[in-house]
Amino acid sequence: MTLQQTPAGHPADAESGREPVVRLSGVRRHFGQTPAIDGVSLTVRKGEILGLIGRSGAGKSTLIRCLNGLERPDSGSIQIEGREITKLSEEELQPVRRRIGMIFQHFNLLSRKTVEENIALPLKIAGWTKEKRLARAAELIDLVGLSGKARSYPSALSGGQKQRVGIARALAASPALLLSDEATSALDPETTASILELLKDINKRLGVTILLITHEMEVIRTIADRVAVIDAGRIVEEGPVWSVFANPHTETTRNMLSGIRPNLPPHVAARLVGEPSGEAILGVDLSGPDAGNLLAGLSAELPDGFRLVHGGVDHIQQQSVARFFIGIPPAADALARAIAYLQRHGAKVEVLGHDPRHV
Amino acid sequence: MTPVMFDLFVRSFWETVIMTAASGAISLLAGLPLGLALVATGRGGIAENLWINRILAAIVNGFRSVPFIILLVALIPVTRFIVGTSIGMWAAIVPLSIAATPYYARMAEVSLREVDRGLVEAVRAMGGNRWTIVREVLVPEALPSLVAGFTVTLITLIGASAMAGAIGAGGLGDLAIRYGYQRFETAVMIAVVAVLILVVCAIQWAGDRLVARLDHKA
Repeated sequence: MTLQQTPAGHPADAESGREPVVRLSGVRRHFGQTPAIDGVSLTVRKGEILGLIGRSGAGKSTLIRCLNGLERPDSGSIQIEGREITKLSEEELQPVRRRIGMIFQHFNLLSRKTVEENIALPLKIAGWTKEKRLARAAELIDLVGLSGKARSYPSALSGGQKQRVGIARALAASPALLLSDEATSALDPETTASILELLKDINKRLGVTILLITHEMEVIRTIADRVAVIDAGRIVEEGPVWSVFANPHTETTRNMLSGIRPNLPPHVAARLVGEPSGEAILGVDLSGPDAGNLLAGLSAELPDGFRLVHGGVDHIQQQSVARFFIGIPPAADALARAIAYLQRHGAKVEVLGHDPRHV
Repeated sequence: MTPVMFDLFVRSFWETVIMTAASGAISLLAGLPLGLALVATGRGGIAENLWINRILAAIVNGFRSVPFIILLVALIPVTRFIVGTSIGMWAAIVPLSIAATPYYARMAEVSLREVDRGLVEAVRAMGGNRWTIVREVLVPEALPSLVAGFTVTLITLIGASAMAGAIGAGGLGDLAIRYGYQRFETAVMIAVVAVLILVVCAIQWAGDRLVARLDHKA
């Protein structure tokens, strides 16, 4: 088994058959001379959670704003549920926007409307009667876990509660697509986890397609099915989350992952030398069902044993993703046997150097 | 204070109240839309149109730069056309309103401009049109600040109405000038000043109370 193979039955397989909710092709947007988006093509399929990650200034905010026409691209095509929106007038865009809910980093709740009035606002815009929209707002208040807060004003709510109102408001008109613009970036880690849990639950229960932008890999890891990495206005990498985490192809992605994947500790890296003296330090990457058993097998293979320096097995989208660093003692053929064993099991192996401290 | 003087005092008080209330109401009705137009047509506004914005701004600045006492005289033909006369309390309401409208328009503009752009964006993202943005976002969110600005406008109008005595409009300010200043009746002067202080305090207090009730920001 190699990294490139997608195990049968994984959600990524099923998605390829689903119809796209959003289809971008060759979208460009310049601000003066600087391109904010430089030829982006991207598809969001029905029912999936696609995470778009990039540093600040990478163009992700501009891109997400193009999807509901808050920002107009200079060229390229944007289709929402099969309808081209780049040529629509502001008035023609309004019904399209009602099919798209959006949540924001700073919540953007109206301070002089109560929780229920905030949630009911998209319905008021869509022309629902007061009775119907308050009934719908009550349903959503329960859905997002804010029972008893209908008559509160946003100022009386915590950040997490405000974002729950934002989510309820975005879902009020039963949109086909939910856009999340750094929705958890202003929240503490615990609240972030509960908001992501809520989004995931909504995606599962209501089947709402979600496109979220973030600069935090942890968010992608927790919630997304697929990830697209954007850098300098271009999509540089795209794929199922577990596969991108297991085997990032670009420097940008590796950098963004550096805080969340195991790395060789700096003090160990500092003393590595090139010539064979002391222990050989290997970096090993493997994903798939074998990942969890790899070390046990390796110790059977090497009579003199080995040393686990750093790392372990992670689980992303029910996939085992192993990344660890091991030290092989300088015995006769131990290094060659270890590499042969690991490669036989599909692992990516890299000899990083030798640690003279361990002989 | 003689009974005649007292009657004059009461009449002057009501003249001040009516002049302030009437010109205040007109400046609110005309100034708020003008303030909205200034914000909407300004850079990044919901109906951006910089040419219209410049023209509106020039008109507002023009009226605001003319001292009120000069405006009072310069507007006499306009007043005569609207009210039929250029003398008296009703005649004074015309220049007072015309002076207060651009004043309040600028106050409203500042209030409306301070509404978080994110809120406008959120309502646009919901599919709201410009009118929805005005009705659901700009005016309600700015309301506490709009009320605070209107309170200031009313108090400024009380001061300005004293000058309307120059065209025989009456009012407390006029009373203080004619009796208190020109005839050295110190008691009248003190009484007028005391009443004006009370009126201004009452308006400010009522305005502050209303702002506190309307404001739901943390």
